[in-house]
Amino acid sequence: MSEPATSAVLPPMTGAAREARSEGVWLAAWRRLRRDRVGMVSLAIVLLFVLLIGLAATGLVARDWQTEVAVPSAPPTLLGPAPAVVRAEIAAPAGPPVDISAVDPLAPYYKQWAERAAQYKTVAVQRAETLTFGADRLGRDVLAKALKGTQTSVFVGLLAALVATVIGTLLGALGGFFGGKVGDFLEWLYSVFTSIPDILLILSFAVIFGRGIGSVAIILALVGWTGIYRQVRAEFIKHSTRDYVRAAEAIGASTTSRMFRHILPNVSHVILVRTSLLVVGFIKFEVILSYLGLGVGVDDVSWGTMLAEAQSELILGYWWQLAAATLFMAVFVTAFSLMTDALRDALDPKLRGLE
Amino acid sequence: MSDGRSPLLSIADLRVAFRMGTDEGVVRRIEAVRGVSFDVPENTTVALVGESGSGKSVTAMAIVNLLPDNAERSGRIVFQGRDMLAASRADLQSLRGREIACIFQDPMSSLNPVFTVGQQIREPLVKHLGLGRRAAAARAEALLAEVGMPEPKRRLEAYPHQLSGGQQQRVMIAMALACEPRLLIADEPTTALDVTIQRQILELLAGLKDRHRMSMLFISHDLGVVGEIADHVVVMRQGTVRERGPVAQIFARPKDAYTRALLACRPSLAERPTRLRVLDDHLADRPTPMATRIATPFATPALRRAGPDGRVVVEATDVRKSFWIRRGVFGREEFRAVKGATFTLRAGRTLGIVGESGSGKTTLGLTLLRLHEAGSGPVGGRVIFDGQDLLALPRAALLPIRKRIQVVFQNPYASLNPRFTVSQTLVEPMTIHGIGASASERQERARALLARVGLEADAMHRYPHEFSGGQRQRVAIARCLALDPEVLVLDEAVSALDVSVQAQVLNLLKDLQDELGLAYIFISHDLAVVRFMADEVIVMKDGDVVEQADVEQILQQPRQAYTRRLLEAVPRGHRAGDAP
Repeated sequence: MSEPATSAVLPPMTGAAREARSEGVWLAAWRRLRRDRVGMVSLAIVLLFVLLIGLAATGLVARDWQTEVAVPSAPPTLLGPAPAVVRAEIAAPAGPPVDISAVDPLAPYYKQWAERAAQYKTVAVQRAETLTFGADRLGRDVLAKALKGTQTSVFVGLLAALVATVIGTLLGALGGFFGGKVGDFLEWLYSVFTSIPDILLILSFAVIFGRGIGSVAIILALVGWTGIYRQVRAEFIKHSTRDYVRAAEAIGASTTSRMFRHILPNVSHVILVRTSLLVVGFIKFEVILSYLGLGVGVDDVSWGTMLAEAQSELILGYWWQLAAATLFMAVFVTAFSLMTDALRDALDPKLRGLE
Repeated sequence: MSDGRSPLLSIADLRVAFRMGTDEGVVRRIEAVRGVSFDVPENTTVALVGESGSGKSVTAMAIVNLLPDNAERSGRIVFQGRDMLAASRADLQSLRGREIACIFQDPMSSLNPVFTVGQQIREPLVKHLGLGRRAAAARAEALLAEVGMPEPKRRLEAYPHQLSGGQQQRVMIAMALACEPRLLIADEPTTALDVTIQRQILELLAGLKDRHRMSMLFISHDLGVVGEIADHVVVMRQGTVRERGPVAQIFARPKDAYTRALLACRPSLAERPTRLRVLDDHLADRPTPMATRIATPFATPALRRAGPDGRVVVEATDVRKSFWIRRGVFGREEFRAVKGATFTLRAGRTLGIVGESGSGKTTLGLTLLRLHEAGSGPVGGRVIFDGQDLLALPRAALLPIRKRIQVVFQNPYASLNPRFTVSQTLVEPMTIHGIGASASERQERARALLARVGLEADAMHRYPHEFSGGQRQRVAIARCLALDPEVLVLDEAVSALDVSVQAQVLNLLKDLQDELGLAYIFISHDLAVVRFMADEVIVMKDGDVVEQADVEQILQQPRQAYTRRLLEAVPRGHRAGDAP
């Protein structure tokens, strides 16, 4: 049983191509993705954002987003400085000042104080009149805020989507593969979660978990796993009766191996696409939560908190914070959605009838 | 063709290519049909025969332009003096269904599940013939009666899923006949049906053709079927016509080597060769090769067929299996899929299990392997393997047994994990059962296995989708052999393969059995293949074992009426004396 075979009874069958290794499904998907121009552009934009987030997280950009670098609500450079406010002078009283030093008990100290005061030096901070994207009401740079906010919002979206994917995939795999009582219980759980409106569920979790980046991610994940669960469960039901899984059972592969070594890679493209859709959805939900004041903490900034601030500024005509947050969000979300579409087409070419 | 009149349909130098996207600005095309010419005379059945990928279906669909959008046709197709390639969309639409009707392989997916049978038959009547509602209903009923549907009036109100496969195909035929077409294109109309149903449908089609004086273009991969129904045969391979002529001539004196090969590599009911001639032998004009054996890692002393008194490997007594079917909210009903099978399997021998779909033959195989889900339903009886009762063993204790009983499934496209390379597929069972000391040793063994099943070593790092059906089935067999099994359950293992590939795989299975002394449980609906492989046969019907005997006895003197019916239904090709 150990020496190598040199012959077969039949003449060996020759394959079509004679390459040593064939491209796997991911490589083939990448090849298809590369041909999709929209997909590649959006991928580049998403990667640019990822780079920005990395820079922001390491403190290379937008580290001092909290410092007051400009006059309150400084307008964008494009608009020029805000017109100086003309203050009415208070008329000085006429006549010589009344000498009250005779009765003033503090009179002896004035000179002393004046000397001591002379020892201090006040440096008037030069605060910018205008900034590229303007400043908020505390004079903070809106661009830096938007960068830092991108970091928070995207991080929350990605983390929440990741956690939701893990929960959804695990439960979906269990429910789909085993069925029976396990499946019934998970279906019940799924029904409970989906029967409550998302926003209500998010708000009630938010009350329990409190504010903060981590808790926002957990809240969104706890609410958002249901969609992925449903799809993964359906895929597992479909695949668990396929012959290749039966064949794996016949060679003695364990349950875990069949679930995660055999079936999971075959449904992973579905999960990947679903996850990217979740990222977009969660970013939007984070914005809503922060807008409602249940999102990230007061020390953090996200697109949501920027929008919440913008509401009161807008009345005074300071529109730039709203514009910056909206621009960043719109570009990222659109690019991410288009990338997801391209990804789905690349991973599932049957969908578009390409092959 | 020689009667001077112009034929009903005439195809000359037809070429069909598919655009497959652009590659660096150049449109990639794949030619499926490369210059096909033949005629369909009036009141004649012409059969297009070929294996998968031969272009036979594409040729037929090109006539009515039911091809996908990326197809490009050229050449000449003339139907009743009209050029079909130049016909406008509206012209074609009025021709389709009225002058030319089609029936397809899978009736279930050809019928619309949300409409009743009656609604679907009435549609062409109202659309093409302009009949009123009542007249259409009456005509629909008459049509159903004509295609031999029992209780036609009641069936008009039935939905497709309420009918059996054979009845669905009858409905399709009724729809095709609705407007009295001149030409009926039948694309593998009986391939998805059981052999007894196939017989009925073939007889129905032949009768209808004569009665309505129409022509039929019959597409099939099965020469047996073609020989019974066709007047003329066109043999196709790789998009070209290899041979064409009257059916008697094709069967009696085939000129082309490929036709000869097709006729010979199909196992027949009449004789039992030790090996089947494979396609390459014919094309190279070699005699049937005997199993030439050079040192293999699987050498066993005796290279001969095992006798009937070998070592008993599996002893099954009254094996039963039921499934729970949900009824209502909490209720469930027992469906008895296998109602008691008893057999003995000896080393080096093959037990054939034959039956039509729904007979429980696959269930019996999976029950032996314990491959049903735990809660699917009760199991009864005993299967003694090496002193242990397989059906009573706890699941945890099954692992050592799994190594010794292996299975090959029907569909080679589904039974290999698409995300595993061949090497991963072959190494996995060895890793699970601790065969081979190191990863490199397992790789080496996998290479040897590949060579053993007739695949080259460069297949190691490729994915299943890069192989043909036959090659995939070889990989699946190699995966089983990786564990040195004693028993191999072959569940319709060659049914999805082309005839020529089937012959190669059957030969391979026989060689492996002779060399390794494997015991086979060979499950199939195909009596001819079972005759080639099996020593003993179980005939199953509706979960019951109808007859059980030696293979020669079953074929020569079947005792049960059902077995006789099965045997009579097998298409035997063209026999001298048949009226063409």
